[in-house]
Amino acid sequence: MSKNYTLKHLQELESESIYVLREVAAQFENPALLFSGGKDSIVVSHLARKAFAPAKIPFPLMHIDTGHNFPETLEYRDWWANEIGAKSIIKYVQDSIDKGRATEEKGINASRNVLQTVTLLDAIEELKLDCCIGGARRDEEKARAKERFFSHRDEFGQWDPKNQRPELWNLFNGRKNVGEHFRVFPISNWTEMDVWQYILAENIPLPKIYFSHKRKVFMRDGQWLAGDFDFLAKKPTEVVEEKIIRFRTIGDITCTGAVESTASTLEEIVQEVAASRTTERGTRADDKRSEAAMEDRKKQGYF
Amino acid sequence: MSNTTHPAPNSELQSYLDMDLLRFTTAGSVDDGKSTLIGRLLYDSKSIFEDQYEAVKASSEKRGEEYVNLALLTDGLRAEREQGITIDVAYRYFATPKRKFIIADTPGHIQYTRNMVTGASTANLAIILIDARKGVIEQTMRHTFIASLLRIPHIVVCVNKMDLVEYKEEVYNSIRKDYQAFASKLDSIDIHFLPISALNGDNVVDRSDKMPWYEGSTLLYLLENIHIASDHNHIDCRFPVQYVIRPMSNEHHDYRGFAGRVAGGIFKTGDKVTVLPSGFQSKVKSIDTFSGPIEEAFAPMSVTLTLEDEIDISRGDMIVRENNQPHVSQDLDAMICWFHSKPLQANSKFVIRHTSREARCMVKEIQYKVDINTLHRLEDDKNIQMNDIARIRIRTTIPLLFDSYSRNRNTGGIILVDEATNETVAAGMIV
Ligand SMILES: Nc1nc2c(ncn2[C@@H]2O[C@H](COP(=O)(O)OP(=O)(O)O)[C@@H](O)[C@H]2O)c(=O)[nH]1
Repeated sequence: MSKNYTLKHLQELESESIYVLREVAAQFENPALLFSGGKDSIVVSHLARKAFAPAKIPFPLMHIDTGHNFPETLEYRDWWANEIGAKSIIKYVQDSIDKGRATEEKGINASRNVLQTVTLLDAIEELKLDCCIGGARRDEEKARAKERFFSHRDEFGQWDPKNQRPELWNLFNGRKNVGEHFRVFPISNWTEMDVWQYILAENIPLPKIYFSHKRKVFMRDGQWLAGDFDFLAKKPTEVVEEKIIRFRTIGDITCTGAVESTASTLEEIVQEVAASRTTERGTRADDKRSEAAMEDRKKQGYF
Repeated sequence: MSNTTHPAPNSELQSYLDMDLLRFTTAGSVDDGKSTLIGRLLYDSKSIFEDQYEAVKASSEKRGEEYVNLALLTDGLRAEREQGITIDVAYRYFATPKRKFIIADTPGHIQYTRNMVTGASTANLAIILIDARKGVIEQTMRHTFIASLLRIPHIVVCVNKMDLVEYKEEVYNSIRKDYQAFASKLDSIDIHFLPISALNGDNVVDRSDKMPWYEGSTLLYLLENIHIASDHNHIDCRFPVQYVIRPMSNEHHDYRGFAGRVAGGIFKTGDKVTVLPSGFQSKVKSIDTFSGPIEEAFAPMSVTLTLEDEIDISRGDMIVRENNQPHVSQDLDAMICWFHSKPLQANSKFVIRHTSREARCMVKEIQYKVDINTLHRLEDDKNIQMNDIARIRIRTTIPLLFDSYSRNRNTGGIILVDEATNETVAAGMIV
């Protein structure tokens, strides 16, 4: 029997991600996994389960709840944490607003996405977290193409794109001074397609809103936004109608656009993703605000 | 609660799961056409999404450019957009039905050797660009030297801008000859040559009809078919212990698993193994994964080993075969690339990281600096500045368990970390 000792690309990516997650557990004292209920953080938590089996994941899942989440996301979050036996921590943007730490945006495009940063940085300080694991991928957006696996943040949580530590081989330098922390991105090298194919291959359960369903929506700036929530103010010209849609990403209701789709199984979603010619972040209104929007938010400490 | 479906045997999924992975890096001096080439690969292999293409088209128009500037596709941070240059390592992804590719896109300016070293450290292949009008220049030699120093297994030399030399075979041949004369001085590496025009797409994804004299394959064909199965060491068994798994649950009361990523060789259940540095011996009881035990594990798999005997093992230890052991020593020589603006001083102390082991160390001696343009050893020049390559001697506080870098990139690579600032100040290849 002749054998081929090479890994297929998804196996190699999985192995790399598991390696990174184990490095986190070994190098940091108090890490947490940032969990949004979106497919990327679901994949990261699935990988974490694999990395430490048969033991439990040695860090909690942390959700920064904007208060504008789809109920399906929250329901899934609680079920999944229980399913994988992970501890979970929830921090509310509303609390930051009530405490006067953050100010609600006004106007028609108001979103709490930016405010998440405040709540997150406060949580990091309060819980003395020295590392937050995120599900960001380098293929998502240009500013992320240069992100490291181990991304160093100063004591203000800021990212300095010009002063990132070089990363060689798989030697990750997680050393830091008091007050500084790290963001670690285990699936940096995965593409959107990799994530979907992996979810399919591993049969990982997802929140329902990823699949085709009927929903009241209205059109804004070329994308469908959910029409069944009061806090998402509509212009007089914006008409709510019922469509068969699904969400390609899961985020704040105010800025997560749906696509018309009848894809109701993972296979159908994968086929749809393969055929589609628009990047998934194209359906997130927050990145469109300016060409360099993501970069700005990173510098401030969001991801 | 959740919307699960059972995947039927699906041929599309199957072929996706069959793809393998090639990591490559690109090097060239400014304006040799690196960004254009990457843009071309992404665009012609249909890896560009509509909204990305539209954004680039709009930017090109805004800048008053005549054609859609594919180079903008890979253009990253704002500072660079303003300066119009690439300043760091950026990673790009594309796939064909055969392979998935990860590109470490690194700039070619002299001050950025460190970026190329970083990008090269994980690459299977390096693309080195030469402007057909300029031929082999200092930078070409430097990039080739770095690729060889970092032991990138394959080099593809692309002679670009062939359209500007009327697609002439003589130009290509003479550049090729010059390059070979230089490269013959380096450790043997697998080198390929291609005449291309990144701007027009000749021989990038599609064959060029302008260069009938060229009989080789296109760049994409080469990237898809180059043999990468032997890029990992499957001979010397090396398992650096990364993390010890102890579930502390009733169900797995006595479980002690040693988690790590195989750094070399093939481990099988039942293998007799030695644990370093203690020297204790045992047998592999199981190779565990989340989905159940497996019979064997090889690089670069992440697995968990359990052993027959209860031995005290912790992070930084290494599980190896009895009759094939790495060096165990506190003294080592390494070629390093210096990353920091503060020059390296002999007798200075650092934190050293190697596999999953961390120690403190002292640079005992700077042996020589390498002139990376001529490859000469500068024995009298011990002034090691940022981006310099030097050979040094190091003494560590505890023994490291290592192989020479040329034998195994995973067990021969080190980084030095400044104890005060925690910055990574050097990368090293153990000699
Ligand atoms: N004529 C011609 N011009 C090219 C070719 N490749 C790149 N260029 C041009 O050379 C310039 C520099 O290219 P760019 O990709 O930005 O170079 P980089 O600095 O290496 O990334 C741009 O004006 C390109 O349009 C080519 O094959 N032929």
